[in-house]
Amino acid sequence: MTSRSTLAQIRFGTGLGVRAQAEDPDQILRRLQGRDLAADEFPMETMQTRVADALRLHELRRARHESDAAQNSFTNYRREFRNRVARQLGTRVARAIWTEDGLRERLTWFWADHFTTVPHRVQMLGRISAYVDMAIRPHVAGNFADMLEAAILNPIMIRYLDQDRSIGPNSPVGLRRGASLNENLAREVLELHSLGVGANYDQRDVRQLAELLTGLSVNTDWQMVFRAATAEPGAEQVLGVSYGGDEPAELDDLRAVLRDLALRPETGRHISWKLADYFLTDVENSGAVDAMTSAYLESGGDLSAVMAALLDRPEAWQMPFSKVKRPFHFLASATRALGLDPEEVSRAPLGVIGRVVQRPMAAMGQSWQGAQGPDGYFDDDQEWIRSQSLAARIGWAMTMPSQIVRSLPDPRQFVDTALGDAASDDLIWSVARAETREAGIGLVLSSPDFQRS
Amino acid sequence: MARLTRRDLILRSAALGCSAAASPLLTPVSFASMPSDNRLVVIILRGAMDGLDVVQPMGDPAFRLARPDFQLGPEEGNHDLDGFFSMHRALEPLMPLWQAGDLGFVQAVSTPYRNKRSHFDGQDLLEAGTPDGTEGQAHTDGWLNRLLQNMPNARRETALAVGREEALILRGAAASVSWSPSARLALSDATSDLLGYLYRNDPLFDDAFQNAEFYSSLLYGDFGSEEMADGEMAEMMQEMIDQSNQSNSVQSLASFAAERLRADARIASFSIGGWDTHRSQIGGLQRPLRTLATAILRLRDGLGPAWSQTTVLAMTEFGRTVHQNGSQGTDHGTGGAMLLAGGAVRGGRVYGDWPGLDEADLFDRRDLMPTRDVRAYAAWAMRGLFGIERSALESHIYPELDMGSDPSILL
Repeated sequence: MTSRSTLAQIRFGTGLGVRAQAEDPDQILRRLQGRDLAADEFPMETMQTRVADALRLHELRRARHESDAAQNSFTNYRREFRNRVARQLGTRVARAIWTEDGLRERLTWFWADHFTTVPHRVQMLGRISAYVDMAIRPHVAGNFADMLEAAILNPIMIRYLDQDRSIGPNSPVGLRRGASLNENLAREVLELHSLGVGANYDQRDVRQLAELLTGLSVNTDWQMVFRAATAEPGAEQVLGVSYGGDEPAELDDLRAVLRDLALRPETGRHISWKLADYFLTDVENSGAVDAMTSAYLESGGDLSAVMAALLDRPEAWQMPFSKVKRPFHFLASATRALGLDPEEVSRAPLGVIGRVVQRPMAAMGQSWQGAQGPDGYFDDDQEWIRSQSLAARIGWAMTMPSQIVRSLPDPRQFVDTALGDAASDDLIWSVARAETREAGIGLVLSSPDFQRS
Repeated sequence: MARLTRRDLILRSAALGCSAAASPLLTPVSFASMPSDNRLVVIILRGAMDGLDVVQPMGDPAFRLARPDFQLGPEEGNHDLDGFFSMHRALEPLMPLWQAGDLGFVQAVSTPYRNKRSHFDGQDLLEAGTPDGTEGQAHTDGWLNRLLQNMPNARRETALAVGREEALILRGAAASVSWSPSARLALSDATSDLLGYLYRNDPLFDDAFQNAEFYSSLLYGDFGSEEMADGEMAEMMQEMIDQSNQSNSVQSLASFAAERLRADARIASFSIGGWDTHRSQIGGLQRPLRTLATAILRLRDGLGPAWSQTTVLAMTEFGRTVHQNGSQGTDHGTGGAMLLAGGAVRGGRVYGDWPGLDEADLFDRRDLMPTRDVRAYAAWAMRGLFGIERSALESHIYPELDMGSDPSILL
């Protein structure tokens, strides 16, 4: 019989481990609304640091042919640069291992996917993590409108969805160069980030929002700027509401439209549905989405209230575990169960992180920060368990633990460490019969018991 | 030697055991040198090798009766050794060694472990070298490590644990080096069966698992070295699928061990899995046996002239039931066999007192009765190779062991 405590930690946290996570709805919400201790413990580099680093790398690269010493400094710095990027992934794993507030990590992964950005150039590599920590993470227990605004107005998003290439046709620059709109960001804001593709909006709304978003750009220091010279003048109508008026376009118009979008009932439903589906199966036939949508609308987009509504549902506390863990979730929960030292994980160099986390994730179908498009990774459990990706999961489970743990635990104890009272009799029976310790640990981590949450 | 500077080399020493510097995640690398010219290689056969199928007691009439469906004796392609025992046909590549006196066996031996027949406990005891009843304890060191502690000139480089699996046998206060190739480890039939069992009620996993074998490189934990283009990845994967995985990885383990033993190392240990043949043993035992044969040949070839100073002991946690089970396999037993190889051993013979297979002769009326502690043979080997005092062997290296008389397994 699976206890509520075990269920809470596995379904709404990052899994069982040395440090217990929140064990009931009140505790879960209290920690989620409290201080972000994991980020304090394992801070992420800021965007500014990354930009400065990239600039330094660029300078060293240009100077590298001047002397042997210059070549050396370039090579050394490049190694350090890459190691730092690896450490960002290590930091995310370390937080999941260390935390007692696992829902915050889970929600950060969820929202980073909801507001997917993908680096298309090497220098962008290290910046996605900074974007997630800056625009997403602080708002996972806050108001959705704040998160929407922070994400859409972030330089990473602006660059990723080409907003800096969108020029109002009647703006000074547009008139001079004959430049025009790029609808990319506007379309995704409506389709993916807020209302959802099924909502009642049309191409005119996309077009009008695209006009409203003109002016939004990024300067050379990677800061968001509003350029009046490229902003389309005049009022725009989005979903029947007029923005901008006759005044010159300004950033506040943009903020206003994003806030209004956040408060739309379609948005509340879209967000609630996605969140419910992230934690539960068969949400079509559950009342969870309705309850969460009501909470969303009554609270004006308070994501804590939405999560409270979810945690209040009986189906949130029913076994069995049915959602397939995404590869990062699997690896994070596995390293947590294996008792890796989060401090060491956060400092591990590129080669180790690549071997233990990054390449395995890719083999399991989830390239780190490498979603196919702005709609993020697959939503469907079926997509995650194909022969190839399952082989990668089993391969990791069977071979990696002995490489990263000093002394493998007895598999019969490890079942309990990893799954507690949620371990099935089948699993306990099988693990006791494993041929080797390594195989026993591998069975636990490969089992449906552990692969689902 | 560029190979030795690879990141996979993990330096293990008790002194560093608790510090971050020795972490498997953060460790740098190093290596250096050593005394005595004799070499000892211990191969742990994980999963319980069926000694009765490997060294078949054809001279005992009860044997055929116990295993009517097995391919036994010279008429099935096995090799008659001495008129009583036949060697399993899959070890055919080792026949020249047998003839040259570089290969021998010990029959009806076991560790002191009794009754519970758990792989983990059995392997723990085999590696810890401790008496029956200690299986539940947290073992802090293994017997090869305690051997090192009794070798005054031993340095860190003297002993080498090869492979990814945890080397309890070498763990302990004396420093040693461990090396893990990026090579793969096979998913044995037994593990694969258990996985299939776990997935049977979960259609999503069950369906995907049906074809997972095709992606064997992934299944064996090889995730590629760098991010690659799709084409390259597909090509490389196909290449890997074409190779037989465990065999391949063990070849590299054995070759690397040989290389180090020719240089500074004097003691090396690695594992071969896949012995847990609960079903279809006729086919199932071939693979690990071929791997074992390959490993030994690799060691011989790689050691060159040093082969004549080398002793290889291949030991397993326990034997298997005398009678075949309902699925043409055998279940966990007690008494089993040990393989001896190397230019330093007195091969060409099967050691051990044969207890007989009549029901009254069996352990628990089901298993081959161990007639001697397998540790006694290993202890005599260590005495012969490194001149370790009997008192140290019987108390420190192997607590509560009575070595008995010298079986003279070394030349």
